[in-house]
Amino acid sequence: MNLYSRRRWRNRCGIGLSMAAMAFGLLALTWIIWTLLSNGLSALRVELFVQDTPAPGSEGGLRNAIVGSLLIVGVSTLIATPIGILAGIYLAEFGSQSRLASVTRLVVDIMLSAPSIVIGLFVYALAVATVGSFSGWAGSLALALIAMPVVVRTTENMLRLVPGSLREAAFALGAPHWQVSLRVSLRAVRAGVLTGVLLAVARVTGETAPLLFTALNNQFFSLDLSQPMGNLPVVIYQFALSPYDSWVRLAWGGALLIALLVLTISIGARWLFKKS
Amino acid sequence: MSALPLSSASPAILTVRALNFFYGDFHSLKDLSVDIASHQVTAFIGPSGCGKSTLLRTFNRMYDLYPGQRAEGEIRFHGENLLDKQQDVNLLRARIGMVFQKPTPFPMTIYENIAFGVRLYESLSRPEMDERVEWALRKAALWSETCDKLQQSGLALSGGQQQRLCIARTIAVKPEIVLFDEPTSALDPLSTAKIEDLIDELKSEYSIAIVTHNMQQAARISDFTAFMYLGEIVEYGATNQMFIKPQKKQTEDYITGRFG
Repeated sequence: MNLYSRRRWRNRCGIGLSMAAMAFGLLALTWIIWTLLSNGLSALRVELFVQDTPAPGSEGGLRNAIVGSLLIVGVSTLIATPIGILAGIYLAEFGSQSRLASVTRLVVDIMLSAPSIVIGLFVYALAVATVGSFSGWAGSLALALIAMPVVVRTTENMLRLVPGSLREAAFALGAPHWQVSLRVSLRAVRAGVLTGVLLAVARVTGETAPLLFTALNNQFFSLDLSQPMGNLPVVIYQFALSPYDSWVRLAWGGALLIALLVLTISIGARWLFKKS
Repeated sequence: MSALPLSSASPAILTVRALNFFYGDFHSLKDLSVDIASHQVTAFIGPSGCGKSTLLRTFNRMYDLYPGQRAEGEIRFHGENLLDKQQDVNLLRARIGMVFQKPTPFPMTIYENIAFGVRLYESLSRPEMDERVEWALRKAALWSETCDKLQQSGLALSGGQQQRLCIARTIAVKPEIVLFDEPTSALDPLSTAKIEDLIDELKSEYSIAIVTHNMQQAARISDFTAFMYLGEIVEYGATNQMFIKPQKKQTEDYITGRFG
């Protein structure tokens, strides 16, 4: 066997192995989606959206959990986005040399990799045990703590991509630093930052553990964030493990719903990023 | 190296005396003195790394953005030393504008690109602002090309148009001095010619300092030229004299392309 054919053979082996790895990954993914679709599609009916979670054994929907999830995630986004973006601006534009910034960066890194259940327990101790009641607010707070470091990181990384010449041009007009940061730098990378926010939202939408300790659950429809609040992940967790057929079906429906939601957000984020 | 006398018809708007500049430990400008003539075009030429851009960036304190860079000495502007710590740097930059090598339109509409700088120091009504935007675009010879697309992104313009937008943006603030840092080195010859015409027109209202690598350009558009080498001004004088009959051997060698 000469050198050339040996290389060709090795090349084929390499490609073959990486194709096999990809197929393995895709197989797992399609299997999950297939199972979700085949079990969940039948549950995707109008009742799912207009009826509340039923008592054991009876039929119902997920209206309270869907609305609860949207509320909790919505509020957590409102908390995490401004704080995360401002912190990212500080890290990228103001504190590149300072000690406070390097400490902040370290903390953000730790928060990024902290298990979500730890954050759930932390918020439990902070906002549930002290008040004496589970609440939607506490759930939002826990999710915000998970989303925030993601937003900080993307904002900082995006701002670092802003060319120095653009910032200099703004300074050269006599613009103060905060105007340069907010109105020129941030604006130049707004699609990227928004993508980061969307990905953070997608990430927290499916979080279960932190909500178990904070928002808990509520089998009735409620818009009161100071009370325990129904939400999809915890309902799925409870219903999927129950012995009642109607509950199990609803859990599948809920799981499919979350998967579709996250998929939509991710696709939206990609589209937005491509457009920029 | 002392500044050479300027003709009495052109008083100095900037008077640089004993200027030293440091990048950390590196001594970049050495005890430099020069006058920038009012309502004239002053060109700085010299090989890369001679400090001409550095000099330009001391005039609007651009170096302030970077820790580790510092200037010592005196740059007089209306009787004040603009290197003074107490100087309001933002206000100073509104009075001494700068156009850079690469066109840098802001990620906003053409209109907003110009209004951005104006809003920093003036609060104009909508019609006044419209007027100012049109005025600046006309000055920068860009009005006819952009009057029907003011709400489009500044990034959608061609390179040469973008650079004229940057000039419009700078003069919209109504500075006294406009600094050009190699404004045409990223542009094609046609766009370059347009910008050169523009600079020639602007000098009736603004004092202009320009750094350029292109000696023909310096010869074409400037009234005074300074030849810099290794952080010092080797020769400074009226442009036509300098290009026809340079006083120093080094200047002659550089202008004729024997070194640099």
